[in-house]
Amino acid sequence: MAVLLLAEITDGQLAMDATAKTVTAAKPLGDITVLCVGATCAAAAKEAATIEGVSKVLCAEHDLYGHRLAEPAADLVVSLAGDYSHIVAPATTDAKNLMPRIAALLDVMVISDITAVIDADTFERPIYAGNALQTVKSADTTKVISVRGSVFDAAATGGSASVENIGAASDPGLSSWVEDKVAESDRPELTSAGIVVSGGRGVGSEDDFAMIEKLADKLGAAVGASRAAVDSGYAPNDWQVGQTGKVVAPDLYIAIGISGAIQHLAGMKDSKIIVAINKDEEAPIFQVADYGLVADLFDAVPKLIDAL
Amino acid sequence: MKVLVPVKRVIDYNVKVRVKADGSGVDLANVKMSMNPFDEIAVEQAIRLKEAGKAEEVVAVSIGVKQSQETLRTALAMGADRAILIVAADDVHNDIEPLAVAKLLKAVVDEEQPGIVLCGKQAIDNDMNATGQMLSALLGWSQATFASELDIDGDKAVVTREVDGGLQTIKVNMPTVVTVDLRLNEPRYASLPNIMKAKKKPLDEKTPADYGVDVGNRLEIVKTAEPETRKAGIKVGSVEELVTKLKDEAGVL
Ligand SMILES: Cc1cc2nc3c(=O)[nH]c(=O)nc-3n(C[C@H](O)[C@H](O)[C@H](O)COP(=O)(O)OP(=O)(O)OC[C@H]3O[C@@H](n4cnc5c(N)ncnc54)[C@H](O)[C@@H]3O)c2cc1C
Ligand SMILES: Nc1ncnc2c1ncn2[C@@H]1O[C@H](COP(=O)(O)O)[C@@H](O)[C@H]1O
Repeated sequence: MAVLLLAEITDGQLAMDATAKTVTAAKPLGDITVLCVGATCAAAAKEAATIEGVSKVLCAEHDLYGHRLAEPAADLVVSLAGDYSHIVAPATTDAKNLMPRIAALLDVMVISDITAVIDADTFERPIYAGNALQTVKSADTTKVISVRGSVFDAAATGGSASVENIGAASDPGLSSWVEDKVAESDRPELTSAGIVVSGGRGVGSEDDFAMIEKLADKLGAAVGASRAAVDSGYAPNDWQVGQTGKVVAPDLYIAIGISGAIQHLAGMKDSKIIVAINKDEEAPIFQVADYGLVADLFDAVPKLIDAL
Repeated sequence: MKVLVPVKRVIDYNVKVRVKADGSGVDLANVKMSMNPFDEIAVEQAIRLKEAGKAEEVVAVSIGVKQSQETLRTALAMGADRAILIVAADDVHNDIEPLAVAKLLKAVVDEEQPGIVLCGKQAIDNDMNATGQMLSALLGWSQATFASELDIDGDKAVVTREVDGGLQTIKVNMPTVVTVDLRLNEPRYASLPNIMKAKKKPLDEKTPADYGVDVGNRLEIVKTAEPETRKAGIKVGSVEELVTKLKDEAGVL
């Protein structure tokens, strides 16, 4: 058995945490070859080669792959697929875009967002916003899988796998990149942060959301948000935590002015310690919170910032 | 141009899901079912394309049990012109996998020749997030997933996508498959007169055999389990107490 593992690379940069967590998940499945794809990815390939458990790195550097478009990357992976029993990637938006396309081209079912590897054919995955865990056994010859990072520890670095450059596949010419709108931030990344401070509709406005960010900065935390906060324009879309946003499991998750809808809980209920600040003592978020504070957030949050 | 909108009948998003005691699945007997919320957004977008003069006809299609008719009637009441139901299961607990759904949708596309297919990004029951991408692959078309903005201009569509780092805008060749995200629009409610009118709109019924597609699953469901539930902790009386607990008891500060 052999695994082709798609490294998460954005603008030439390896997302080490997401990739290394996927290596941990894939280790029981066989010998791991990491595929790095990008307009520039030689540095990322070199870095991926240091992840322990990786036997080999393939580096496909070509302009075609510069903006993570699904169609050319899927064609490349399909051209390599014959050598592997499993094709895996971290369940990022890039992989969610790409993996089902690869699976369909191989005429196999994709297995999205797995949370455990039972054996080479059998995997566990959450369904219904994490309200049920399903164990599925695949009858397909090639397994195409995305891996939920929040449940796996990152593999260590210190290895030194070989890196081999490979050529590009042909250009399907179906789509082109126009622009990225990415907010630069010095804060830790949401899915790998040790502490996450999230704000919801209760925060009330974009201006007041600055208070949530200030608390996060005091704690060296990442900032998250509920769907309602994103829909209302208090926070950007990439901060959304939940069933259809990001899934996080930090040591400490602080939910402020968030009611605790199942779709939100789906993205954070595996956090080690959960704190909720809400003025409604009946709010469902208190049913999962280790520490609940029934209070007006406009009173509690400034006090909390001062107390830290 | 014709717009094809696949809509799935799923458990209503407000219902708390319960796993069946024998671990064979979740209990869908007598629970409220609704249109997948992302698909409402897709239907809304299709209707807006028609209202903007960029599309002539909106066709909704659903694959599943016979009762998916209700979901299609909802789409028709919102403003879709016509519906196709592919009855592929006789039990709500038999979910058709995205690969089989994509194959059926491809057959419908071959017949209907739409200029665009608007899928939801994810069905909130299986949480697969796969069908649109799979359909696009089978058709050899372009794909634009997780759309929060969509603009069609001749033989291209410009789509802004919600991605992990923020937003990405791409330009795709038409025909195309777009999967829609939460921020694309706010779906309308069907008015009572439109609900009445929808009853008279055409709804074709088909079977997978009509399209020669095998809907057998590739993934065998070994078991379905309840996740570990989290117990509520304690309420603290003040910010000071919270900080003390986090430092001394939880050790996370
Ligand atoms: C298809 C679909 C997908 C979804 N995906 C997601 C997702 O990924 N993530 C997500 O979060 N949601 C998601 N949702 C939305 C979800 O159902 C809820 O609507 C949303 O999580 C509510 O956000 P909220 O808790 O911020 O707002 P509300 O439910 O309005 O709660 C606001 C809370 O703030 C409290 N509050 C108000 N003022 C104050 C104050 N001054 N001090 C203290 N507390 C205060 C209130 O008591 C209340 O509990 C999804 C929904 C659907 C249909
Ligand atoms: N049985 C179905 N009938 C109609 N459309 C479907 C069906 N299953 C999936 N879809 C479409 O594909 C999208 C993504 O579903 P999924 O890949 O299952 O998460 C949904 O939002 C629908 O638009």
